[in-house]
Amino acid sequence: MADRKKIVYPYIPNSVPEVQEEMLASIGAKSIDEFYQCIPEPLRFRGKMDLPEPFLDEYSLKRHMEKMLKKNRGTHENLSFLGGGCWQHHVPAVCDEINHRSEFLTAYAGEPYEDHGRFQALFEYTSMMGELLEMDAVNVPTYDGSQAASTALRMACRITGRDTVLVAENIHPDRMLVIRNYCHPGVTLRTVPFCEKTGTLDLEALKKSLTPDVAGLYVENPNFLGALETEASKMAELLHSSGALFVVGVDPSSLGVLAPPVQYGADIVCGDIQPLGMHMYAGGARAGFIATRDEERFVQQFPSRLFGVAPTTHKEWGFGDVAWERTSFAKREEAVEFVGTASALWGITAGVYLALMGPQGMKDLGEGIFQRSAYLAAKVQELPGVKVLFEGTPFFKEFAVNFQGTGKSVQEINKALLERGVFGCLDLSRKFPSLGETGLFCVTEVHSQDDMDTLVRLLKEILG
Amino acid sequence: MGMNMQTKLRDFHQARWDEPIIFELSTPGERGMLLPPVEEEVAQKGAQGLAKIPASLRRSTPPALPEMGQMRVLKHYLRLSQENLGADLNVDVGQGTCTMKYSPKVNEVLAANPALSELHPGQDESTLQGLLEMLFKTEHALKEISGMDRFSLQAGGGSHAIYAIVSIIRAWVDATGQSDTKDEIITTIFSHPSNAAAPVIKGFKVITIYPDAEGRPDFEALKAAVNERTAALLITNPEDIGIYNPRIKEFTDLIHSVGGICSYDQANLNGIMGITRAKEAGFDLCFFNLHKTFSAPHGCGGPGGGVIGVTSELAKFLPVPLVEFDPSKERYYLNYDLPESIGKVKDFYGVVPVILKAYAWIMSLGQEGLTEAARVAVLNNNYMFRKIMKIPGAGAPYAEGEHRVEQVRYSWQKLKEETGIGSAEVQNRMFDYGVHYWMSHEPFIVPEPFTVEPTESYSKQELDEFLAIMEQIVKEAHEDPEMLRHAPHKSTIHHVDHDYLDDPKKWAMTWRAYKKKYTGYFEPRK
Repeated sequence: MADRKKIVYPYIPNSVPEVQEEMLASIGAKSIDEFYQCIPEPLRFRGKMDLPEPFLDEYSLKRHMEKMLKKNRGTHENLSFLGGGCWQHHVPAVCDEINHRSEFLTAYAGEPYEDHGRFQALFEYTSMMGELLEMDAVNVPTYDGSQAASTALRMACRITGRDTVLVAENIHPDRMLVIRNYCHPGVTLRTVPFCEKTGTLDLEALKKSLTPDVAGLYVENPNFLGALETEASKMAELLHSSGALFVVGVDPSSLGVLAPPVQYGADIVCGDIQPLGMHMYAGGARAGFIATRDEERFVQQFPSRLFGVAPTTHKEWGFGDVAWERTSFAKREEAVEFVGTASALWGITAGVYLALMGPQGMKDLGEGIFQRSAYLAAKVQELPGVKVLFEGTPFFKEFAVNFQGTGKSVQEINKALLERGVFGCLDLSRKFPSLGETGLFCVTEVHSQDDMDTLVRLLKEILG
Repeated sequence: MGMNMQTKLRDFHQARWDEPIIFELSTPGERGMLLPPVEEEVAQKGAQGLAKIPASLRRSTPPALPEMGQMRVLKHYLRLSQENLGADLNVDVGQGTCTMKYSPKVNEVLAANPALSELHPGQDESTLQGLLEMLFKTEHALKEISGMDRFSLQAGGGSHAIYAIVSIIRAWVDATGQSDTKDEIITTIFSHPSNAAAPVIKGFKVITIYPDAEGRPDFEALKAAVNERTAALLITNPEDIGIYNPRIKEFTDLIHSVGGICSYDQANLNGIMGITRAKEAGFDLCFFNLHKTFSAPHGCGGPGGGVIGVTSELAKFLPVPLVEFDPSKERYYLNYDLPESIGKVKDFYGVVPVILKAYAWIMSLGQEGLTEAARVAVLNNNYMFRKIMKIPGAGAPYAEGEHRVEQVRYSWQKLKEETGIGSAEVQNRMFDYGVHYWMSHEPFIVPEPFTVEPTESYSKQELDEFLAIMEQIVKEAHEDPEMLRHAPHKSTIHHVDHDYLDDPKKWAMTWRAYKKKYTGYFEPRK
């Protein structure tokens, strides 16, 4: 006898009691409980979970969820200048359309035959990233830019046979936490300070840090503070002359205008593709890329999956996993790091984005952001007591503004802006205490002149 | 004519668009997307933003991205999507260990709500109360399901969760002054490969336990492996072959007896959800995959969600931030004040859209529904188990006569001996009938393996359809093995030459690498 069932669940077709009885009878079982005889009684959970009554019908569920979501205020209804590694960009409708396709959304680990589409789409994603970065080997995305940076540094250690890495201090402090944890133990991490006048890495400090055990340096360009590392090629020279690798984190939305890091000597390039067609989701939609030259000593050190193109018996474009044997799927603890479910669908989505944008779109995107952020910085600079930091250093998308001279804290200013319906700047006063009362403002293609003028007007009002 | 309802076989053919590589579709000058214009005053006043870029940092050649009108981009990707067999389209019970259940559409609609998708992580907490409430309540539900005391929702997948767990084990070893004495982690061969791979990053030596004659992790081998150096046990139960280990508490007790701790890989939770919990089995840590058990879609391999649960003793090591509720202010907030935290494993607060889908799924079922999902998953599995065992040539090593939990690792060894057709050939033929089929994680301990996990999502009719396909292929293996060796015949493409994927001189991971190595169709450049 099947258990008495009150509810037939739409997601559980065989919750129909008669079907259960038929299935049990056809295999000679008496009840579902029989299948659980393997679980000893002391391990059986017989209690009541503290869970609310479920919303069995779709409408009630939707209503419950929407009520909860309504308690949020988002950037769709408030002007926002928040950045710092998660950026508000326009997401093209075609990106959402492809991202939501059942065939991609619900597939998983299919073979190159019945999942030809995802293999091709991801090969095309890595190929377009390869063009943007001018590099020949690009991974199927990992979890996020922080994971990509962490893995890139571990790769540098394995490639050079050294065990110390240098990390620039002008990266996101939270990213530093991810990298630190990934390096411990086994890899010694030393940080390299930045110059507070320019916002860029202190080259003299780098020189002093470059001991023979250094495998590589991780630096971002543009860095977390928005500043461009104008002496990147000098860093590359220093590192290479010491036998170390140059690992550069880059915001892909800058690359229609900025040189790909390989042009100034990068050996491993990494970053997050969130700006390429991903909604922000409070920082919950991200994917990390890692790119190198097509050299076996680099390629064999990728833990991620790598998709390659291959011929078929019928002269079609076929695809498959490159150097599968290096992965933890094949070699468990003998492999380099580990691989698992990460962020493939975001890779496909970013591919759609790059295809839509094309070279001109990426150029327009980058140029517009350079112009807009420079415009806002210039306007903000005109406010009394306000100082845009790192004068003379070019910046992209983001810039740091010091409010020390206004007598108001960033927290107070942000609070007053929020009261006026604006999400102000990312408060750096605790993240980078040496910069004092400083906030990071972010401007992208979504910000019109009117938006920026509104911010300036409100700041004026608040600062008095 | 439609599918033959007698034989339950479809005359299937997968979409075959013969779609070029996207770069081949490029026409110089075409545009897929325009951007908001830069106002004149902004361009003027902001001109120096561009002018200040030094020559060394300027891009000299535009990226060679394809140039395509919008509809062409759309069409290209829609065609590729049609050449992909998602779980929404096939009877996806052949991907064992991965719990390919239905991902409810309403949850997709909810996750697309701009009140979630357009949030910035740096917003003031007062503007994120709905998000924080959702994260808090998800954690609460997971605590109830597992019996653990705290959860972090930060990790981006199962392997990432394992890495986060091993990071906590490392922090615990270090904090308790055992860095020099506890440096070994034990796992089993039928636990996910990442249980063996991730500990190496955190400086542990890995010891792998193999199954005993009944397929359960060998307790005697464990006893021999356990000693004062044992930091932790990372184990799955039921393991990937679908057999529950009833002595699991003895395993965790043994590890505890030498001062080690135990982590429960709950990738195989689906058959035991609401039936048995990590807490009662003596685990100190555990994790769930939100994209498996909790219905969030698998997305071609992510984004996923890996949530880790710990006892109160280990909560201080969790990654920051945790989500807390302040009843006096009736306010949710982010707590970064964990001085002994491992730091972070991922940017920000976790894979928010995936967490929302898991939360909505839990809220649509409640305790009774979650338990019903587990019970039906187990019913479906044992139904298929008994039917598959009747297919000539199929077998399931270990624990003969016993039931399985939510999946079974089968073997076509007998079929291979009889016909020369093994699991790889069967796999390629399954595609011809419109279903996905996976063999096993490596190494293949079970010969000619395949792993079926029906979950609770498929109707009896669909399970019967999958069974009918397997019966048909076995028939074909006897009657026309040569035809099987050349399968798939009705898939998007035919046999791929793997030499081009393993030979560094031949492989091409990007189109630019392909063009450097080849001209035309794989004609090597001189």
